Amino acid sequence: MSFINYMAREINCKLVYYGPGLCGKTTNLQYIYERTNPDAKGKMISLATETERTLFFDFLPLSLGEIRGFKTRFHLYTVPGQVFYDASRKLILKGVDGVVFVADSQIERTEANLESVENLRTNLAEQGYSLDKLPYVVQYNKRDLPNVASLEELRQMINPTNVPDFEAVARTGVGVFDTLKAVAKLVLTELKKGS
Amino acid sequence: MINPQMVMYEEEFNQIQAVVDRLVRDANAKVVFIVDKNGQLIAAAGDIDNIDTTSLASLTAGNIAATGGMAKLLKENEFATQFHEGEKANIHIQLVGNRVILVVIFDSRSSLGLVRLRVKKASEELNHIFEALLNKVQEPGADSPFAEITDEDIDNLFND
Repeated sequence: MSFINYMAREINCKLVYYGPGLCGKTTNLQYIYERTNPDAKGKMISLATETERTLFFDFLPLSLGEIRGFKTRFHLYTVPGQVFYDASRKLILKGVDGVVFVADSQIERTEANLESVENLRTNLAEQGYSLDKLPYVVQYNKRDLPNVASLEELRQMINPTNVPDFEAVARTGVGVFDTLKAVAKLVLTELKKGS
Repeated sequence: MINPQMVMYEEEFNQIQAVVDRLVRDANAKVVFIVDKNGQLIAAAGDIDNIDTTSLASLTAGNIAATGGMAKLLKENEFATQFHEGEKANIHIQLVGNRVILVVIFDSRSSLGLVRLRVKKASEELNHIFEALLNKVQEPGADSPFAEITDEDIDNLFND
């Protein structure tokens, strides 16, 4: 649920990066944080365990610039990917405006990807959202690894509704901003439609 | 729609700002701020130049969400109040009308009793303001700045 502030002339939107454990959601945010101009970003917050696994969420506020005199701000969140943190994942989806599903391209993570995308659909439905109606993009991460599934296979499994999708190597930044721009654009387009 | 769009207008913003400004004085607080349940900062007052209000807003909402999750497991409706005591700073967090979160940061110049008392009064006022705001947003014909934007406006945002 976006927040339009006429007083501050700001529009705030919430984006959530979803996906199985160790797929690279936090790495996406870290890359965006590193490569963004200091005046366009706030502090990145990571609530993680001692072994750097996301415990609750990562948070990164970004400013994208102005539209018709309104500053557009995006709050980027990741969810904890590990299966047993489901209660936390549900909380983070509250008020979401757009979702990025980060898939792990490695063949051995096929089942984890499928389980996570199904979990996303279920958790959204519990909040009254439908994945088919939300601004939604898919990222196939870790394309640089040797044991990855083909793009066609991944598309067929993870993206049957054919939403915008991107190949990525989040560690080096390949595809990271393309993914972000695509989902941000869908969110703004949705705002325009909804108004 | 389950979550009506959150919109803030000048009139209501000024009313809310007046409440938080007064609460800083009445409660001898360092900082007072209001966050919606999704972590968006709505208003802040007091010594806010030295703290990262955006991060605090997001973490407060996460905290309230987690506490709400615990309440649900215990078949409680909500835990509306939280208090965190530090060595120098203390934080009092109050859920207002199950809609927004009122946060008061204070030190030894104030006390929990005083803060609770003042928060109670401020919560009632804020509840009225947000209720009126919500009704206003749901009125048909409420204009949106985004009705007029073009695809080109959106594309222009992403031209590096």
